Amino acid sequence: MSGDGHPAIEARGVGVTLGGRRVLTDVTLSAARGRWLAVIGPNGAGKSTLLRAVAGLVPREGEVLVDGTAVDDLRPRRRARLIAYAPQSPALPPDMKVYDYALLGRTPYIPYLGSESPRDREVTRSVLERLDLDGFASRPLGHLSGGERQRVVLARALVQQAPVLLLDEPTTALDLGHQQQVLELVDRLRLADGLTVVTTLHDLSLAGQYADELVLLAAGRAVAAGPPERVLAEPLLTEHFGASVRVEPGPDGRPLVHLVRPLTSRMTPVEGT
Amino acid sequence: MRGDAVTPARRGRALLVASAVLAASLAVGLVAGAAGISPRAIALALLDRLPLVSLHSGLAPVEEGLLFQLRVPRVLLAAVVGGLLATAGAGYQGVFRNPLADPYLLGAAAGAGLTVTLVVVFLGGDAGVTAVPVAAFAGAVGGVFLAYALGHTAGRGGGTATLVLAGVAVTSFLTAIQTFVQQLKVEELQRIYAWILGDVGGGWDQVRMIAPYAVVSTVVMLLHGRLLDVLSVGDEEAVSLGLHAARVRFAVLLAASLATAAAVAVSGLIAFVGIVVPHVVRRLAGWSYRIVLPLSFLGGAAFLVLADTIARTVLAPAELPIGVVTAFVGAPFFVTVLRVTRRVET
Repeated sequence: MSGDGHPAIEARGVGVTLGGRRVLTDVTLSAARGRWLAVIGPNGAGKSTLLRAVAGLVPREGEVLVDGTAVDDLRPRRRARLIAYAPQSPALPPDMKVYDYALLGRTPYIPYLGSESPRDREVTRSVLERLDLDGFASRPLGHLSGGERQRVVLARALVQQAPVLLLDEPTTALDLGHQQQVLELVDRLRLADGLTVVTTLHDLSLAGQYADELVLLAAGRAVAAGPPERVLAEPLLTEHFGASVRVEPGPDGRPLVHLVRPLTSRMTPVEGT
Repeated sequence: MRGDAVTPARRGRALLVASAVLAASLAVGLVAGAAGISPRAIALALLDRLPLVSLHSGLAPVEEGLLFQLRVPRVLLAAVVGGLLATAGAGYQGVFRNPLADPYLLGAAAGAGLTVTLVVVFLGGDAGVTAVPVAAFAGAVGGVFLAYALGHTAGRGGGTATLVLAGVAVTSFLTAIQTFVQQLKVEELQRIYAWILGDVGGGWDQVRMIAPYAVVSTVVMLLHGRLLDVLSVGDEEAVSLGLHAARVRFAVLLAASLATAAAVAVSGLIAFVGIVVPHVVRRLAGWSYRIVLPLSFLGGAAFLVLADTIARTVLAPAELPIGVVTAFVGAPFFVTVLRVTRRVET
């Protein structure tokens, strides 16, 4: 909780209709300062739309508050100083240099027709150094590997210096090692800077390992919310994912989710009992 | 740390080189020509026109008249038209995030083609000649407006793809009408085509006419360079960065269309400048619109001055339409730049 008792980010009664289709209905979420909230749910449940709605990128019903302030009352520039957003598949112009891409994060601080100040350059440089990207500064985005790309996108979001970070599937298209590296990095930055992180994550074990709190979306509604141990419960997952799973506590006590083949499909001649 | 692709120093260097290229092409454009006036005399005559400078160029009054009433305005007009078309091309490419976007994309050319045809066919004679620039300007603006209105009502939120499709529809529709009107009066065909293929010999009147539009549209486009860079990550991400993406797009679209209309009004439809020049600039100086826009203006100006010089000298005393030269010289040049820079990159 922040000093005056408001959650760092709060969304109340969020509803979204896109192209005549109801995508989200009455979703509520909140995260205290410095906490990590993960939005989980089956494909098409509306996870990405929820993040975009919170970021103010799609028309929505309901309220979004940052530290108690309704973002709808803010000008876009002010809002962008409070909420940074990294989409699942960010547009990365292949010729743009890493430094210039990260510098885009300063957009909400640069006057409309002005240009960046020495301070904007300084912030950008220090973030690149922090993410071990200073050696990449003059490399075009088209020449980066998947893990490097994800770090660069993260750098742009950090350069924005917003207290709330919305990351849509930050581990998409990364191998195991890079998934872990990126999430560890997000966690380090969160702890160091007191950032509030809201991610969508399709990998339930990763969500359980990193997030303090989970929101389970199904068919556009929040059907469960709370700490991982509560939300990652076998009956809930079976019901909403239609999957046969086993949940067991990992070494740190946080739940690990395993897929288990349904018994009915195990009846093969070789293994016959 | 290196990698600041748009540092003031680097931008300054690029602008300096491009300005030198433009100055050289202006010099070539002033010197080349039928009368054979010496470069030295031209330089002296130009310096003489500066305030507080008094020099004797040794030019005969006829030569001086030719220089200041024909050649200087012609070279200036070519420079301004080339600069406007190339900057508008870069602007459209940024707004639509599409490398194939050009100044005529949104129906500007078809609109101007139709109104000019109408004026030539139905007004005819001298009245038709004086009305051509006004008609071209109105037609270009009208064509863009039509495409914009259509794209806006057809696609919610005015997405760029819808707008381009609307431009294509408007272009075919207006071209159909133009062709129909043309066939009613086949004897005017040559005059219509002469206008379509372009010409920058309009003199001081047209330089004065185009100046205010050129200044306003160019300044607006140049001021939006950084914002077009932000827009290059797409509307949604640009909005998440606090940018009013629709407003930026509208401002640049308006300025680029004004620049196109002004160029079309005084020079006809000169193809290829708006698409070739920005791409050559990108290859040589990088992706950022903060560099691409100003360099496109300088490069487009230099390119059209040289193209016009070729147009009026190769078959002298006859003149080639300038649009023929831009395509004939521009296409191979474009391909060469693409090939050479790719080899450097890899």
